[in-house]
Amino acid sequence: MQSMPEERKVIRVFMTIPRRKEWEFRGRQSVAKILHQMKLNPESVIVIHGDTLLTPDDMVENGMEIEVRSAISGGNR
Amino acid sequence: MKCTKCKGKAIIDLRRHNSGFCREHFIEYFENQVKKAIQEFSMFSPEDSVLVAVSGGKDSLVLWDVLLRNGYQADGLYIDLGIGDYSPASTEKVDQFAAQRDARLIKVTLSEDYGYDIPFAARKLRRAACSPCGMSKRYLFNRAALEGGYGVVATGHNLDDEAATLFGNMIRWNVGYLGRQYPVLEENPQGLARKVKPLIRLTERETAAYAVLLGIDYIVEECPKAVGARSHLYKELLNDLELRSPGSKQQFLYGFFERGREPFQDSDGVELNPCPQCGQPTSRDTVCSFCSMTTRLSAVAR
Repeated sequence: MQSMPEERKVIRVFMTIPRRKEWEFRGRQSVAKILHQMKLNPESVIVIHGDTLLTPDDMVENGMEIEVRSAISGGNR
Repeated sequence: MKCTKCKGKAIIDLRRHNSGFCREHFIEYFENQVKKAIQEFSMFSPEDSVLVAVSGGKDSLVLWDVLLRNGYQADGLYIDLGIGDYSPASTEKVDQFAAQRDARLIKVTLSEDYGYDIPFAARKLRRAACSPCGMSKRYLFNRAALEGGYGVVATGHNLDDEAATLFGNMIRWNVGYLGRQYPVLEENPQGLARKVKPLIRLTERETAAYAVLLGIDYIVEECPKAVGARSHLYKELLNDLELRSPGSKQQFLYGFFERGREPFQDSDGVELNPCPQCGQPTSRDTVCSFCSMTTRLSAVAR
């Protein structure tokens, strides 16, 4: 029996700001749970999957890659 | 989560409205909030020429996009601040945005047009970069609006920006600033253009969501000079409050506009005079702050 490729066995999560950082989670779980583990406030970020967005109750599974992007900007405009 | 309107799959939850929306209905909601703000505060009409102050960030590009999509006459004004790798990347985003939409973009390059950039000014004046940056932008936005015949300057300030500013001004009890904080700053016959903030009803998170869903390519990286800015701290504190008590930010800001601002309005009576050097309005008896700064910088650059 053929084994599943390694990259399919995890949920990959990345952020680009304040600096590029990646996380891996295993097993089906909600976006809310992932944000909680990353100690991020859902009011301060958006969660991107492909060309759409995920809500906190959306479930993510092994093999998915999502971007968590900070929505906070500062300084003067 | 289901869309509050059509019961399809939601792509965003808005706890402050106890709602969720699918892509189509979120875009409709977002644009309606912009139109509502424009009408609620009588910001401008479709006949007015609007100059949008753009930085390459999400808020200003989203604002420009919404105005263009909804038939407003909106041109962009971009100031190249000369900040390391950040400014060239921002310039690229703004150029690309304008070219894709065949929109008119006015550009000012500080180093070419005025002989300084923000890192140089901050270093020579021994101030945080946000100080010469903010002053340069305020001056140049106003000047471009008056010289270009625009009736109004629109900026991408959103609900989070304004709530954080209000919070900061209340902590320090800056009564002059409190009296002036409003989504519309009326024009002044002594030479100040009308300034408006059409994203005032929308959070930064909603603006970022709109940008992603519409494919607006903005500069995601933060200005390196703004890292550690106090406004970030205030926004984080207010978002912690929002998480526990949805709607708090909006109540805080709108409650101030409706019931809290009036006592501070008289604290802002400043008489303006034309600057003897550039003719722009200033509260000073001598040359304006911008001319004073550029004179000092040109002296140290020699």
